[in-house]
Amino acid sequence: MSKDIKINKGLNIPLKGEADKVFGNAERSDTFLVKPTDFKNFTPKLLVKEGEEVLAGSPLFYNKEYTDVKVGSPVSGEVVEVIRGAKRKILGIKILADKETRYAEFAAADPSTMSRDAVKQRLLDQCLWPFIKRRPYATVARTTDEPMAIYVSGFDSAPLAADVDFVLHGKDKEFQAGLEVLKQLTDGKVHLNLHRNLSTSDVLKSAKGVQVNWFSGPHPSGNVGIQIHHIKPLNKGEVVFTVAAQDVALIGSAFLTGKYDASRVVAVVGPAANQPKYFRTIQGAALKSFVADAKSNNTRFVSGNVLTGKNVGADGNLGFFDKEVTLLEEGNHAKFFITEGWAGPGLGKFSASRSYFSWLMPSKKYDLDTNTNGEKRALVVTGEYESVFPMDIYPQHLVKAIMIGDIELMENLGIYEVDDEDFALCEYVCTSKTPVQQVVKEGLELIEKECG
Amino acid sequence: MKFLHTAFQNMKHPFEKGGKFEKYNKVLTAIDALETFAFTPEEVTHTGSHIRDGIDLKRTMSVVITAMIPCLLFGMYNAGYQHYRELGELATASFMDMFSIGLLKVLPLVVVSYGVGLGIEFGFAMYKGHSVEEGYLVTGMLIPLIVPVDIPLWMLAVAVAFAVVFGKEVFGGTGMNILNVALTARAFLFFAYPTFMSGDKIWVHEGMTNDAISGATILGDLASMKGGLETLRFSAQEMFIGLIPGSVGETSTLAVLIGAGILLLTGIGSWRIMLSAVLGGASMGLIFNAFGANGLMQFDWWQHMIVGGFAFGVVFMATDPVTAAQTNTGKWIYGFLIGFLAIMIRVFNPAYPEGIMLAILFMNVMAPLIDHYVVEGNIKKRLKRLNVKTA
Repeated sequence: MSKDIKINKGLNIPLKGEADKVFGNAERSDTFLVKPTDFKNFTPKLLVKEGEEVLAGSPLFYNKEYTDVKVGSPVSGEVVEVIRGAKRKILGIKILADKETRYAEFAAADPSTMSRDAVKQRLLDQCLWPFIKRRPYATVARTTDEPMAIYVSGFDSAPLAADVDFVLHGKDKEFQAGLEVLKQLTDGKVHLNLHRNLSTSDVLKSAKGVQVNWFSGPHPSGNVGIQIHHIKPLNKGEVVFTVAAQDVALIGSAFLTGKYDASRVVAVVGPAANQPKYFRTIQGAALKSFVADAKSNNTRFVSGNVLTGKNVGADGNLGFFDKEVTLLEEGNHAKFFITEGWAGPGLGKFSASRSYFSWLMPSKKYDLDTNTNGEKRALVVTGEYESVFPMDIYPQHLVKAIMIGDIELMENLGIYEVDDEDFALCEYVCTSKTPVQQVVKEGLELIEKECG
Repeated sequence: MKFLHTAFQNMKHPFEKGGKFEKYNKVLTAIDALETFAFTPEEVTHTGSHIRDGIDLKRTMSVVITAMIPCLLFGMYNAGYQHYRELGELATASFMDMFSIGLLKVLPLVVVSYGVGLGIEFGFAMYKGHSVEEGYLVTGMLIPLIVPVDIPLWMLAVAVAFAVVFGKEVFGGTGMNILNVALTARAFLFFAYPTFMSGDKIWVHEGMTNDAISGATILGDLASMKGGLETLRFSAQEMFIGLIPGSVGETSTLAVLIGAGILLLTGIGSWRIMLSAVLGGASMGLIFNAFGANGLMQFDWWQHMIVGGFAFGVVFMATDPVTAAQTNTGKWIYGFLIGFLAIMIRVFNPAYPEGIMLAILFMNVMAPLIDHYVVEGNIKKRLKRLNVKTA
């Protein structure tokens, strides 16, 4: 029984630098970095030492809380460095890759004939489990969870996001196998959520054995949290799983071939990108190996999309879950108030309000930089968050509840249904420049610590 | 503009750590405020979203000030117009004669309002070591527009000081206040110096000193009127355009509508509050029309909206986001009750026939309660979902 859901609230930020649907030439990266910090609330315990040889798919570290959950190496090679930060926190595991990837081999398996325990065990053994996230909290799924349903968002509505249709082209078999794996994990349904205008590929549309739901409307309609809220909102105590579409295919391929193939199609996008297009590379690869030079030296390299990605720098590496690299010019220069600042006509400024005259040009694409365009202030304007937050939740009240640390109020206001990425647009439109995602992230951490 | 930027940097050096006047480092707050006025700082995003909307509080506030400019200009003209009208010299007075009276009377009000208010804001910011927030920029323009033209400047200064300190700063500054600051100033004047704020002598320039000038407001006329509406001195057209006695900027519904247009077009002002307040005022007006017991009750419901401070209050003060209800549902209730109560108080208040100020202040106090019940409704819905499952 497929559902048709229209999302009215939201905002598409018209950024320049969308990727052309062609592949660029990516060199093979020499070094790879796996960052435990890509996983929320995840305390890593190392399984390898510096100097040790690893295969693609052999475990590097596990979760201290759920020791079965291991994160695998994307390539084969030698562990050359364990990068540590303050208090010896593990920031990354650097691997010097072999010329040819050697895989930790498993027997090919057909998920549809396996038992739930066998599927689970296989996911854990092959280091595929970390691709599965859970709600509430949007952390890596726990092995003890019994999910009510599993949700796969088949499109990404974020600004300049990689086109899922394009990325999955030709991966019908792998994607379907991945869905079969997910079906084994739950007694409920596996939901595949597609967009009326964005999803055209047969790979997704012809998926079998799942409930296909059709969405329409602007970002954040592609956020899986928004989709869950509209299909069946999560109550306290309930758990669902979510997996990104590209990772479903990765899981499927690992079952079909017995190999942990961490190759990815990544979009290099953004106003500062010279030639925005797609690249075939591998999870954790150095950005240098595929991102061509930026338009200027003063560029921010973001692994992930512009709203939720991480600033990794030009020498950084692709994150574990990331499907795009966004290049933005740093806005670290002062703007004179009449020409570029708050009193100007603002033709180059995009705003959700119509206070700048740029709203007269609805089809214009913008070359936005990382300047905050104003200072942090007390919350004054109301109704802004609500207009870009398509859930039956009062976002500003929830944010304030988190700020004062009132756990009961947070629960009542629906914190179990949200992830910080759902608040990214609230943060974008905020007149007072409140770091909303940071606040929500801290709120979720607090709740997970206090309420489990 | 690099030289200006460098000039600001040089100005700050002596007060920074290791500088000559290091111990006066609180001055930095004031310089910072001026610098960030001239230059949006080079601050970039650190957490979360890497790009941010072009809007900031300075832009928001400047849009609201722009929206009030028609009211200000018309208020200046009308100050002179009413003066010459009462003297019977309308035919001989030129546009410039009228406007210059207003300019000379109103400009000092604006200067005093901004001078005193911003002075206190800067003082508090320096004392507490936080940045100067932009809230007062709007308040400082509102206050001169809602007082009678002949209000003594010292009274205005006292009222502004009271409103900024006790209406805002004691609560924590911009964004934290419960009552609209401009209306707090007006309420202070109203109760502390009633002879300068009410009656039929104060609304026209020189009304208190020159016996030839009387100039009660229309509502004043209506309240004291025993008979029908025939004796009303103004036509509906004059009321709409605003050529009637009243506080400086409130008389012209036309100018207010231009401001409302700017606020709604930019999305800065809440259309929910404006619309529901008009609906609320209309409903109360219709109810009174049905009874028609006295002049004020017989006064057409739609005419109630184009006299007095109703339009100005609804557009510029009821919509203040800090003191209004914050939820969308709450805004409907809040706005409706403001309109409803404004007309009700206007008709029932024997001493002073105007109600928008008290209606907004009262609803400012009630707004958190409205929001509480709206949010509570959302919470109940969520709990019900949970209970259905467990039952």
